[in-house]
Amino acid sequence: MRVGVLALQGAFREHVNVLQRLGVDVVEVRLPKQLEGLDGLVVPGGESTTIMHLAALYGLDAAIRDFNGAIFGTCAGMIVLDRQRLGLIDIAVERNAFGRQVSSFEADIEIDGVDELFHAVFIRAPWISDAGPAVEILATVDGHPVLAREERVLVASFHPELTDDTRIHQRFLELVREETSVRA
Amino acid sequence: MQAAAGRGYTQHMGEHMGERGTMRVKTGLAEMLKGGVIMDVVDADQARIAEEAGACAVMALERVPADIRRDGGVARMSDPQMIRDIQAAVSIPVMAKCRIGHFAEAQILEALEVDYIDESEVLTPADIEHHVDKWKFTVPFVCGATNLGEALRRISEGAAMIRTKGEAGTGDIVNAVTHMRSVFGGIRRLGALREEELYAEAKELRAPHDLVRWVAENGRLPVVTFTAGGIATPADASLCMQLGADGVFVGSGIFKSSDPDRRAKAIVEATTHYADPKVLADVSAGLGEPMVGISSASLRDDERLEARGW
Repeated sequence: MRVGVLALQGAFREHVNVLQRLGVDVVEVRLPKQLEGLDGLVVPGGESTTIMHLAALYGLDAAIRDFNGAIFGTCAGMIVLDRQRLGLIDIAVERNAFGRQVSSFEADIEIDGVDELFHAVFIRAPWISDAGPAVEILATVDGHPVLAREERVLVASFHPELTDDTRIHQRFLELVREETSVRA
Repeated sequence: MQAAAGRGYTQHMGEHMGERGTMRVKTGLAEMLKGGVIMDVVDADQARIAEEAGACAVMALERVPADIRRDGGVARMSDPQMIRDIQAAVSIPVMAKCRIGHFAEAQILEALEVDYIDESEVLTPADIEHHVDKWKFTVPFVCGATNLGEALRRISEGAAMIRTKGEAGTGDIVNAVTHMRSVFGGIRRLGALREEELYAEAKELRAPHDLVRWVAENGRLPVVTFTAGGIATPADASLCMQLGADGVFVGSGIFKSSDPDRRAKAIVEATTHYADPKVLADVSAGLGEPMVGISSASLRDDERLEARGW
């Protein structure tokens, strides 16, 4: 299994480390041609305006729209994938919804279909302000969705790559496997 | 680790029982800035240009270092109104500087909800012995360092991000290179020492032994490390990234050049594609005049900002 991590700006190294620990062959993606032959793609946290700006320069925005493997977006990555930007998941996202850095926090949250709590780190985090009918909401904080899935696309407003708990990355890898077998 | 309790932020917060101001949350924002360019801006217009060009954050200050150097006098924290204007103009993180040791300025910046405080040698120091006790704050701090010992002392005071110092406001990269080589070379040397040798080394570095040991074992600082001071071209940004920086601060280099918008974009692109000389050649072409600059070697000792900090 080969999974790409968009490496334009932000916390891409942390995602690479987690995926490598899970035994995945990882490719850093900075140019469209690096998407070829990948089974999945992670769009990491960082600054969404910076990532969108850099993606547009080399046509990576269009290339990611055409990418047909599973995709996982965290924080800025979730923003990049929303209706208003790449349109790969039917959600609207409010940026910095929890507030500026002094309101950033870590908390144990409940995730749908997972027995034990997940320790989640929220950094100037967004939340999902609207979701289409096909979107499955998997976790909320104060009633706001922070983890969601629509078919092959998984998004989180927090940072599973900053803790040692790999359960959400594993869930993403299941999506990658399902998607690969559908296409095969 | 410091909780946010009692600092007056609760009115802005939701119901969740999350913990704010932890070291993980503080260093977490720096992790998100990696591979990016943080630009000095003096007003809302410049902040918008920076955001548009792809800056991952802006540093709000009244005068860029080149002007502080020219004007002389005491350089202080910026006017809160100007910081608020910049916060209103952009959605990316806004940082601001306080004077070394000036914890009251830092308290004001925290009340303004800036996203990071830079306890900076570019401003005139307020305390010649003590830096701010950064553990007491919910907002994270970035601090400058010229060598490994200085970086570790700042981290022991609670800094959540390190910025290797250059000679700010000169457009001369030589000091930034010297200090990156000193910090990153120092880390590599620690890795070669035996465990029992780390005690004497900690004494030599004037840094806590547990931090020295962590660095020796992990081969890096426990916090994100950017570089600053004298970056004026895309090639300068690439040089810093190749020497091991996680990202760059650009001060006078952008808005003191002939075409700030294009130069800002070029430096952002160079920071992402730092290892691709073909991209660097393209983005470096036809940028107009860089800032004129001052050779760092021509400065008198009392004109050197990098020597501030203890």
